[in-house]
Amino acid sequence: MSDVKTTDTMLEVRDIKRDYELPGGFMKPKKTLHAVKGVSFSLERGKTLAIVGESGCGKSTLARMITFIDEPTSGELIIDGKKMDTRPGHLTSEMRQKVQIIFQNPYGSLNPRQKIGDVLGEPLAINTDMSANDRRDRATEMLIKVGLGPEHYNRYPHMFSGGQRQRIAIARALMMNPKLLVLDEPVSALDLSVQAQVLNLLADLQDEFNLTYVFISHDLSVVRYIADEVMVMYFGEAVEYGTRDEVFSNPKHEYTQTLFKATPKADVESIRARIAAKKAASAA
Amino acid sequence: MSLLQIDNLTVEFETSTGWFRAVDGVSVSVDKAEVLAIVGESGSGKSVSMLAVMGLLPDTAKITADRMLFEGKDIQSLSGTERRKLIGKDIAMIFQEPIASLNPCFTVGFQIEEVLRIHLGLGKKERRARAIELFKQVGLPNPEERMNAFPHQMSGGQCQRVMIAIAIACNPKLLIADEPTTALDVTIQKQILDLIMDLQARTGMGLIMITHDMGVVAETADRVVVQYKGRKMEEADVLSLFENPKSNYTKALLAALPENATGDRLTTVSAFFDGNPEPAPSAGASAAGAFA
Repeated sequence: MSDVKTTDTMLEVRDIKRDYELPGGFMKPKKTLHAVKGVSFSLERGKTLAIVGESGCGKSTLARMITFIDEPTSGELIIDGKKMDTRPGHLTSEMRQKVQIIFQNPYGSLNPRQKIGDVLGEPLAINTDMSANDRRDRATEMLIKVGLGPEHYNRYPHMFSGGQRQRIAIARALMMNPKLLVLDEPVSALDLSVQAQVLNLLADLQDEFNLTYVFISHDLSVVRYIADEVMVMYFGEAVEYGTRDEVFSNPKHEYTQTLFKATPKADVESIRARIAAKKAASAA
Repeated sequence: MSLLQIDNLTVEFETSTGWFRAVDGVSVSVDKAEVLAIVGESGSGKSVSMLAVMGLLPDTAKITADRMLFEGKDIQSLSGTERRKLIGKDIAMIFQEPIASLNPCFTVGFQIEEVLRIHLGLGKKERRARAIELFKQVGLPNPEERMNAFPHQMSGGQCQRVMIAIAIACNPKLLIADEPTTALDVTIQKQILDLIMDLQARTGMGLIMITHDMGVVAETADRVVVQYKGRKMEEADVLSLFENPKSNYTKALLAALPENATGDRLTTVSAFFDGNPEPAPSAGASAAGAFA
């Protein structure tokens, strides 16, 4: 896997759109909701694209389209040089294996009645003809890789903390050796110290498997840390798209600037300025 | 005299494996017009200690404290009726989940008028006028129309504004905000924090901001208490906490912020200690070993 050039394109999205039909009622016409209004970008292998935006801006819909959960209304999706036929029934298991997703809430994305070993073995059981023993070995191997142990194989999800569950979700996504990983707010439900561990794990895995990440987040400090490229979405449109340094040093769109201004600053100079302003206000 | 003074507060819950100590010898005090931030990760007991002050913990909780004074009055010895007169009026609280903390069966107008009726005994017309005034004060658009809206017809940010309006309805002396912006978008978070800080500055009430977000601490607090696993790790004014953190845990928390990353990996908390930080000297080390 390491012999592939890092300059080739892993994911290309051309003018992708998704409309949802809202049902009408008596004397009420149907409405169309344009969730994603024509978004284009391309992403190199081994890089991370961060998609930022507030709730309802269409960032999760975009993630669902890239992972074939939702069918785009129009537009093209090119993964690993191949144009994807996203019509229902035209997806091959090979295509599905290349792209995997990790969801925001590690408490909701694991079946409470399924043991961890079965969680990890299931993708293999469905997509390959591996024997049960091989599946078990692969699952154990993956548990160790994400920082858990073989002793966790027979446990249930409720026995794990949030950070451990997110590690399990990452392990499950990696079972099929995907090339593209879509991470939908993977750390926003986690505590700060656990967040740091999971972000480090993601960085380690990216280096090891040359993974390409589409990282969806609303936390700009995380984005600044992890992303190579940044796209800002607002009401279904990509209002800003560029490398991390471009976007952070020189945000062009008004919404991006608002977003940056709204982010709390935790550096000493800002605190000093705030305290000085407060003193001045109370003296006046 | 401090507005609220708590000395050596301990909260325990009975579980199948014995008593679990959620808060372990924490002392906190807030002055008038002061903003105190209590910061910690989940399970640090930051919410539980404030719920104990409000008297909102279930009967299964065992609460002990050397002292728990509000304006010099002992809260612990109050009867249920007396306590209910105090909370919601002089001490008000805003919760994390704005939509879940409003009753879905009643209009927001009814819910704010309820507070005004019970605590202030206002008449029908006065209640409505005051409610609309409060809605205006917290920046809700079309306050008259909003009176008849149900919580599900409003966004999370708007519901939080309603919650704030209810909390400040009786001009409380102390406002406890428990993760008021965690469920909200960044831009809305900014608006809500600005609103709370503005109200605090204008009314001069004491404010306790419970949060896990160091950014929110940096933007709001005068003084900060850092908690970990039910114990107080550090207490300092906001500038010295960020500039020169004393406890290892605070150092670890600050290092784990992505914006403080040096090199291509983040420093994790376990790099500082293996889950067993030494408590700050003032945090009452007598109960050491409770979590071993």
